[in-house]
Amino acid sequence: MALDKNGIAKRIAQELQDGYYVNLGIGIPTLVANYIPEGIEVEFQSENGVLGMGPFPFEGDEDADLINAGKQTITTLPGAAFFDSATSFAMIRGKHVQLTVLGAMEVSQHGDIANWKIPGKMVKGMGGAMDLVASAENIIVAMMHTNRAGDSKILESCTLPLTGVGCVKKVVTDLATLEIRDGAFYLLERAPGVSVDEIVSKTDGRLIVPHLVPEMNLD
Amino acid sequence: MAITKIVANVTEACAGIKDNMTLMLGGFGLCGIPENCISELVKLEVKNLTCISNNAGVDDFGLGLLLQKKQIKKMISSYVGENAEFERQMLSGELEVDLIPQGSLAERCRAGGAGIPAFYTPAGYGTEVGEGKEVRMFNSKPHILEMALTADFAIVKAWKGDPAGNLIYKGTARNFNPMMAMAGKITIAEVEELVPLGTLNPNEIHTPGVFVQRIFQGDSYEKRIEQRTVRTR
Repeated sequence: MALDKNGIAKRIAQELQDGYYVNLGIGIPTLVANYIPEGIEVEFQSENGVLGMGPFPFEGDEDADLINAGKQTITTLPGAAFFDSATSFAMIRGKHVQLTVLGAMEVSQHGDIANWKIPGKMVKGMGGAMDLVASAENIIVAMMHTNRAGDSKILESCTLPLTGVGCVKKVVTDLATLEIRDGAFYLLERAPGVSVDEIVSKTDGRLIVPHLVPEMNLD
Repeated sequence: MAITKIVANVTEACAGIKDNMTLMLGGFGLCGIPENCISELVKLEVKNLTCISNNAGVDDFGLGLLLQKKQIKKMISSYVGENAEFERQMLSGELEVDLIPQGSLAERCRAGGAGIPAFYTPAGYGTEVGEGKEVRMFNSKPHILEMALTADFAIVKAWKGDPAGNLIYKGTARNFNPMMAMAGKITIAEVEELVPLGTLNPNEIHTPGVFVQRIFQGDSYEKRIEQRTVRTR
């Protein structure tokens, strides 16, 4: 069975390490906050200017002056800090944030990522994504393996305008965990019940398949 | 006697804003936007504006109000989703749009206000954003040259301010406001509470008054929430 969005988030949460400052993008990445492994303390940074983001507020407690980068109302945890946008990106560019998780429309075997524009169709802008991918050491992409038309999003090279080049190290999809190394995707794990054949057939980029591909352990 | 930056109202604050000018407007989404001044710009019917703002509001609020009246010639932003009229004007070619990575936008404003003409950043290298820009290697990594931004008027919104123009922002409503306040030839600050001189703790000032030329207490803040997300008790 392919993973749902929560399953992808759960798998990515296993990459969190104690003491990490983490920036979560909009969409599936946001869900990662729901699955922080026990015994681990992390702090979430939102590029609009907050560290120490907490859960959504209780109804009636929403504050228009307290949102995340997805413009959703949020809360803060004890020890939180607010700052301006230049300081926020100083944290990001200066590599003070240890992990970035973001969504993508396409990822290439060279670690290129496209997620901000579909020429002639959708131009919403890159927001903070270009700054994030250009500087973060540890970038994980959370996305579905194929698009709605069934085409692979795991490619030899991206067809859409790029957000960044050679920056993605790891991709977690509904089907697999992939590591990008030396111009290829290495199949690290498959989603529970998903066959290697299915992953191979839905991957357009160069895929290295080891003899044994373990299933993800999501318990 | 301290210098005073107080103006009587929004009309006095926006005096001198004319067609074809470049404006910076603080805010992230609808959070921390100068609502009073935006309404005044609609009333003034100034046209052909170049607006530097992280976002372009929504259809019927924020900068969306200026878009509706076709007062904006060019937008310089990082993210412009959530606005159908914006998209229509952009795709039809009525509106010129310069999309800039968010961190580069913030730093370009900061640089403009700090007297730094340009800087190198890795953001955007190898993408459309880097096309035509000078590339230089630092620590074996390519960086692109980004130019500072300034504006005829910077319009910011703060929580509290005093007659000296000192500002304190609330929560994530700070965002782009401090850098833009630095980068305006004339900076207008609208605040929720204008307090007497000496009331604000100098240790807690976010924007020192030197960057602000005009300050007034706004009214009728709607503070619209774009994405109301809650959990159940």
